[in-house]
Amino acid sequence: MLRPFPTPAAVSPEEDVIRPAGPCERIARLPADRWTLRETAFWLMPVLGYFAFPGYLMLGSQILIAGLFALSLDLIMGYAGIVSLGHAAFFGTGAYAAGLLASHGWHEPLSGLLAGAAAAALVALPVSLLVVRGQDLGRLIVTLGIGMLFFEAANKAAAITGGVDGLSGMEIAPLFGLFDFDLFGRTAYLYSLGVLFLLFLLCRRLVHSPFGLSLRGIKENSKRMASLGAPVERRLVSVFVIAAALAGAAGALLAQTTRFVGLDSLSFQRSAELLIMLVLGGTGRLYGALIGAALFLLAQDILAGLDPVYWQFWLGLMLVAVVLYARGGVLGGAALLAGRIRGKRR
Amino acid sequence: MTTALRTEGLSKSWGGFVANSQISLSLPKGARHALIGPNGAGKSTFINLLTGVLAPSSGEVFLMGERVTHLAPHERVKRGMARTFQINTLFPGLTVLESVVLAICERSGAARIWHRTVAGRRAEIDEAWDLLARLHLDRDADRPTRSLPYGRQRLVEIALALAARPKLLLLDEPAAGIPTGESSEIFDVIAGLPDDVTILFIEHDMDLVFRFARRITVLVGGKPLTEGTPDEIAADPRVREVYLGELPHV
Ligand SMILES: Nc1ncnc2c1ncn2[C@@H]1O[C@H](COP(=O)(O)OP(=O)(O)OP(=O)(O)O)[C@@H](O)[C@H]1O
Ligand SMILES: [Mg+2]
Repeated sequence: MLRPFPTPAAVSPEEDVIRPAGPCERIARLPADRWTLRETAFWLMPVLGYFAFPGYLMLGSQILIAGLFALSLDLIMGYAGIVSLGHAAFFGTGAYAAGLLASHGWHEPLSGLLAGAAAAALVALPVSLLVVRGQDLGRLIVTLGIGMLFFEAANKAAAITGGVDGLSGMEIAPLFGLFDFDLFGRTAYLYSLGVLFLLFLLCRRLVHSPFGLSLRGIKENSKRMASLGAPVERRLVSVFVIAAALAGAAGALLAQTTRFVGLDSLSFQRSAELLIMLVLGGTGRLYGALIGAALFLLAQDILAGLDPVYWQFWLGLMLVAVVLYARGGVLGGAALLAGRIRGKRR
Repeated sequence: MTTALRTEGLSKSWGGFVANSQISLSLPKGARHALIGPNGAGKSTFINLLTGVLAPSSGEVFLMGERVTHLAPHERVKRGMARTFQINTLFPGLTVLESVVLAICERSGAARIWHRTVAGRRAEIDEAWDLLARLHLDRDADRPTRSLPYGRQRLVEIALALAARPKLLLLDEPAAGIPTGESSEIFDVIAGLPDDVTILFIEHDMDLVFRFARRITVLVGGKPLTEGTPDEIAADPRVREVYLGELPHV
């Protein structure tokens, strides 16, 4: 329900719109990005969380980082329609790039973050050329294969990456030269929140732009897009590389805030969990990615506390329920419900 | 230079099956040219060869005198070739207005812009409303395309092609699947297009063909059987044989 402009589902098909052709009305239903009150309320939550749960800031940072990572997948999957089972390749690349810098004497965090994003974008370029050509199943397999490739490469290059032991011994300089990365994770949390918010604004603008509309067009019907004169593959390469940069930034954040990079940052499990988060929250709406990441990690934390052995069972159950009863994830289900209620009231 | 579209021996075969064989066609600028023929004659295949969706087995395509045979579909669009599809090929989840704005942004080059919102593209939005008004689609502007009745979706098909401001418009059975009464509405729109737009259209309804076309090519079994004015075609005994008396009497 935090969607910035009405979803197609929310528009009743029977409704005959009679419109005056005034200039304001004319753009009423086109992608714009007026900031709504609901969005302010949403972003107040992590700020309040900082003060309300000082003991959970490490978990909080992980949610924010996973949210950024899910946002990245939403761009390529929710908007452009590219399914990926190997998105961790870019997350891990960003994490190792930032981690290696920090453990080799470059301690400044913001430039490290940028380096992580750039490294991921760089490796994503050749990968994207392979991915955009295929259809759904082909893409699934190619991304899966790429993910495995990256994982094994990092495993083999133990001299550089630390292999199964992971990469540690990093030192991160104070943020802006002022704020130390403290033991309680206060700086880590606010740093992650700030980066997430800025990159979210970027994504939000991007999906409401003509470029974003053309991505939705490609997802809906790539054949028609080509016959409108759109260079479909080039568009997909662009969004894939942008998304990889975001994933790399998320990985870099994780490396910097935990001062550790494990092989699991490149693992299939991470790619798969990412997909679950996005589907859980709802694809193609940006906020779905954030909500899905939060729900997944909170559920994991709570369920693992309640039932340390079988928690994955409950998680699986929750996932099946969401897919069966709330198609379009939590946000999709909410939008549907709101549409029903509005319909009844009329 | 007055030839808008020219093909030279355009052919397409799949394995041993020949769908298009040695089609050489020349359309002057402003032509209203019909391509007719029985089901499976290879008409849609020919359109797909022209637009680059299919690669020809042999032969060449020239657009405004330029050889475009090896250009990708989107590059041909940039040179002024637009098409509609026999079966609706639309954006079901986008609204009609979004679809048309998207199509116009592709033509104007705005579709690359990622740091400004769609709602800020005044010129494209105004143009979209004008186009929708011309096609009497403005009252459906905010509806998702999938919720429109089939006949109105056919109009969206045409709107998307016109958004490209084509020099050459290829219409693959624009009125397919809609009742005869409504099909004339679609052809009224097409008849109202500027004279310098070259139009090649496929149509099964002979009344519409003879009313609208200035020249006709008859395709049978992938081969051009004959080409001529409507009168010549109607009088041609070979064509009458193929069509078994469906042709209007002259
Ligand atoms: N991709 C393909 N592979 C193999 N055969 C094909 C392919 N596409 C079309 N054909 C065959 O080519 C022939 C011509 O098809 P086409 O669609 O061009 O006919 P058409 O003249 O448009 O017919 P209609 O009037 O029914 O639309 C048909 O026999 C069809 O089965
Ligand atoms: Mg056909």
